[in-house]
Amino acid sequence: MDKGADLTVAGIHKRYGQVRALSDVSLTVSAGEFLTILGPSGSGKTTLLKVVAGFETPDEGDVRVGGRDVTDLDPAQRNMGMVFQNYALFPHLTVERNVAFPLEMRGTPKAEIRTRVAEALAMVELTGFEQRLPRQLSGGQQQRVALARAIVFRPTLLLLDEPFGALDRKLREAMQLEVRRLQQRLGLTTLFITHDQEEALVMSDRIAVMDSGRLEQVGRPRDIYDAPASPLVADFVGESNILSGTMEAGGSVRLADGTAIRVTGEGPAAAPGAKVRILLRPERLGDAGDQPGAENQIAGTVVEAIYLGLSDKYRVRTAGGVELLARIGASRTARQYRAGEPITVGFHAADARIIEVR
Amino acid sequence: MTAGTASAGRSLRVAATERRAAFGAFLLTAPGLVFLGLLFAMPLIQLFALSVEGGTTEWYAKVFADGLYTTIFIRTFEIALFVTVTALLIGYPVAFFLATTTPTWRAIGFALVMLPFWTSVLVRTYAWMIILGRNGIVNRFLIDYGFIERPMTLLNTRFAVVLGMVHVMLPFMILPLYSAIVRVDPDLARAARGMGASRFQIFRRIYLPLTLHGIVAGVTLVFVVSLGFYITPALLGGGKVTMIAMVIEQQVREFLAWNFAGALSVVLLAITLVVFWLLNHWVARRVPPATGQGR
Repeated sequence: MDKGADLTVAGIHKRYGQVRALSDVSLTVSAGEFLTILGPSGSGKTTLLKVVAGFETPDEGDVRVGGRDVTDLDPAQRNMGMVFQNYALFPHLTVERNVAFPLEMRGTPKAEIRTRVAEALAMVELTGFEQRLPRQLSGGQQQRVALARAIVFRPTLLLLDEPFGALDRKLREAMQLEVRRLQQRLGLTTLFITHDQEEALVMSDRIAVMDSGRLEQVGRPRDIYDAPASPLVADFVGESNILSGTMEAGGSVRLADGTAIRVTGEGPAAAPGAKVRILLRPERLGDAGDQPGAENQIAGTVVEAIYLGLSDKYRVRTAGGVELLARIGASRTARQYRAGEPITVGFHAADARIIEVR
Repeated sequence: MTAGTASAGRSLRVAATERRAAFGAFLLTAPGLVFLGLLFAMPLIQLFALSVEGGTTEWYAKVFADGLYTTIFIRTFEIALFVTVTALLIGYPVAFFLATTTPTWRAIGFALVMLPFWTSVLVRTYAWMIILGRNGIVNRFLIDYGFIERPMTLLNTRFAVVLGMVHVMLPFMILPLYSAIVRVDPDLARAARGMGASRFQIFRRIYLPLTLHGIVAGVTLVFVVSLGFYITPALLGGGKVTMIAMVIEQQVREFLAWNFAGALSVVLLAITLVVFWLLNHWVARRVPPATGQGR
């Protein structure tokens, strides 16, 4: 099948009355790439998708697909496949007629419609369900129909608006991988909207983190997670300890409670005396005894212990009153702590990274 | 105690609860049933009894004997049909606007739709007489601005009757249409548009089938009520446009011919029921139950 086209949005502004929904959003998605817009609700991610799809007109900026300016084109002329949050299946049409709809709108010959609908349904493993009505299908099956309908006309771009929100966890994970495989097989340029950071990490070639109508950071999942550009990104993607302190000579940071910790993880340079914020992922914090060579050790008390199966999550308060989140992986030797017990946590200087200098 | 008797005991208790619930529901409907029975069913039965008084069918024979009454029946149906189609054509776009616009415009729109609804039919009909009369607003305007030289005959025509009736019936068409359209998920239209559908195709392929039950409700309501219209055709038709309700009233008031009026009424009722049944039957076949309902 044809490779998808590349998508460029440049300098998009969109305002609703006093609310700035999008502020100077620029982004390029290369052909065949899976890019996720990740952000909390109200961050403007759905507005951006609507601008790309043509359901909203931007106040400023333009949208180009394959080098062609489509900003002023009607959605009907943009040739983009879209899966809606609630699937938007036509309730009065059978699965077959739903999937045939975009082809019928294009005046595709009947015989060709039949083969292509069968092809698309086979791709989402729904062969045999042609004559069912949407309400006779499970959520996951409805999702597949929506997907088949979005790809059957070989769109230049696939847009997915939080399509897995209504599915239970197991099904959601299965669908994530399935959609990803299908997208890669068809080489479809895909713009995916979600507020679920885990989903974004699993599926994407790149992630664009959005907040308050602005792009905070665009990068590969690993970069977003390991090297967040701001405390906001760090906080939104994964769990994090964000500690405030003052830079000291020799690569140490003195926290508000007086503890000094060594910080050598990559990050912006800070002169001694500068106020900094440090990111420390909870899974990099461990029982000091299990962390040989850890430069930093902090004693404290377990405030709360949560059993999560794969790991234990501890809320630890240090002697100086700083709260730390530690995730200690389940292993045969790992010690279990209970609330109130003393604990010493340790971490490597390289796992602490400055993410903001003020 | 064995499991068998335990479960039997439980099911007895369930049955008793259900009986109580059913009786409670019956009590709640009782005032309505008494009201309908005394004021609707009884007179209807009496009317029917009058039409066959003395075991004769001569009154029914008279209804179909000379062409006069048949003509009036046909005219009544023509006018009702015309009113219904016109109300549908005007009402659908209005209902669509109300269902898809912003809350502010919806409030304004609804006020405009409902305002005449709260005004007496008699008052509105007189208003049309003032507008359409030989010396009325329309004729004055056209003459004053030189479009025509002599006043047109607008009043006492079938046109005037239809116009007045459509005006009265529009809210009855708009309300069921609105409630059907508002239940269609706007994402469906968006999805269709994204897949290349034109505005007309979105209407034809999405809205029309999904609001068919609303259309049938509105059409049935308007058509059936229009069949029995009396005041509006009497005043705007000026005796030149006779509908069946006017004939029935005349038989009772002027000729005291209760038996014949009864026969006419029963025929009208029978035809109405048949139309009603056909429409429902047609819809039941076209629209499987629960389709077209919102999520």
